[in-house]
Amino acid sequence: MAGQVQALRRRIKTVRSTKKIAKAQELVATSRIAKAQERVNASKPYSEAITQVLTALASNASVDNPLLQPRERVRRAGVLVITSDRGLAGAYNANALRTAEQLIARLKADGKETVLYVVGRKGAGYYKFRNRPVEASWTGFSERPTFADAKRIGDSLLEAFVAGADDTDEHYGPDGIQGVDELHIVSTQFKSLMTQSAEAHFLAPMEVEETEREPGLRAAYEFEPEAEELLDALLPKYLNTRIYAALLDSAASESASRRRAMKSASDNADDLLKRYTREMNSARQAAITQEISEIVGGVEALSTSGSDV
Amino acid sequence: MAKQLHVQVVAVEERIWSGEAEMLVARTTEGEIGVLPGHSPLLGLLKEPSQVRVKLGGGEQLTYDVTGGFLSIDANGVTVLAESATPATPDAH
Repeated sequence: MAGQVQALRRRIKTVRSTKKIAKAQELVATSRIAKAQERVNASKPYSEAITQVLTALASNASVDNPLLQPRERVRRAGVLVITSDRGLAGAYNANALRTAEQLIARLKADGKETVLYVVGRKGAGYYKFRNRPVEASWTGFSERPTFADAKRIGDSLLEAFVAGADDTDEHYGPDGIQGVDELHIVSTQFKSLMTQSAEAHFLAPMEVEETEREPGLRAAYEFEPEAEELLDALLPKYLNTRIYAALLDSAASESASRRRAMKSASDNADDLLKRYTREMNSARQAAITQEISEIVGGVEALSTSGSDV
Repeated sequence: MAKQLHVQVVAVEERIWSGEAEMLVARTTEGEIGVLPGHSPLLGLLKEPSQVRVKLGGGEQLTYDVTGGFLSIDANGVTVLAESATPATPDAH
């Protein structure tokens, strides 16, 4: 009896400390969401402006940039998967990785070889455990990505993409590097505090969307240097901006997902605490009752034996 | 009062500065360009690295060190877009 009370007491202690961890994580995640959203908003003016500029450019320049042209034959497709560095974020990583798997399966069905690029320790670990080759991985910044991180990723993706241009079926082309012909990105979109969804998107080659505008409104831009040169310089920047936006969105999603997971963990811990405390109390009460009845029984036994001490 | 030029300096991570100015001076890959109010629409790639000077009224001037930048001039004003833009130290020159 006493042993049961002891065991319950120990369990309560464990649950209580787990709850503390969950609660702390929840609070940290809550403040991170706000910060991440702030950074998403802060990055908006730039991405809006560069989109506007590129639209103006694309409708003025002839579109023969390699980043804008779909390759005739796509042999290898690069897939950039964005995951988190730390766990305890609910289904965040599982969702991102599942979406990536679906994309990879779809690409395979189309006869394309896939090349993995991974952001975040969790994703890197996932593929390492399964012995799947990862072309490159970047870790250590999933919760607060900077543009420099995005640029690092973008530069190496772009390098692979450009290197893929001259690949043939048997050879890696004159540059001797096996590149990729397509780039995809799997990231988690922050929809609201309660909803985040992992999505796969096309990263390159990009598509030019010709938007119909009133002819009078279209400004006749001058270009310095020439429009084609400008396009060559701006498209990589745009690619980096897209990656940066995906990183920021994923960071916000990660925190939101972690907050929700940790909130339900600490709520669960509360329920458990309540239950264990009740169990412990009734076990203690049972022990006391039993002791009393033992004493009473003992006294009774003594008195009936008629011993006069 | 003379017409004012609406200037925005925007880095990838945040908007650095926005406001009204008299003139903006930048250096594109083709050469130095001074932008006054009413300039015709232009897209330009900035030299690497370069400085952008925003001349405010009354002889005041803001200078930014810009990397990976370009500028866009349209009817609404000038936007300088940069991978990073930091205020230059005044004694750099």
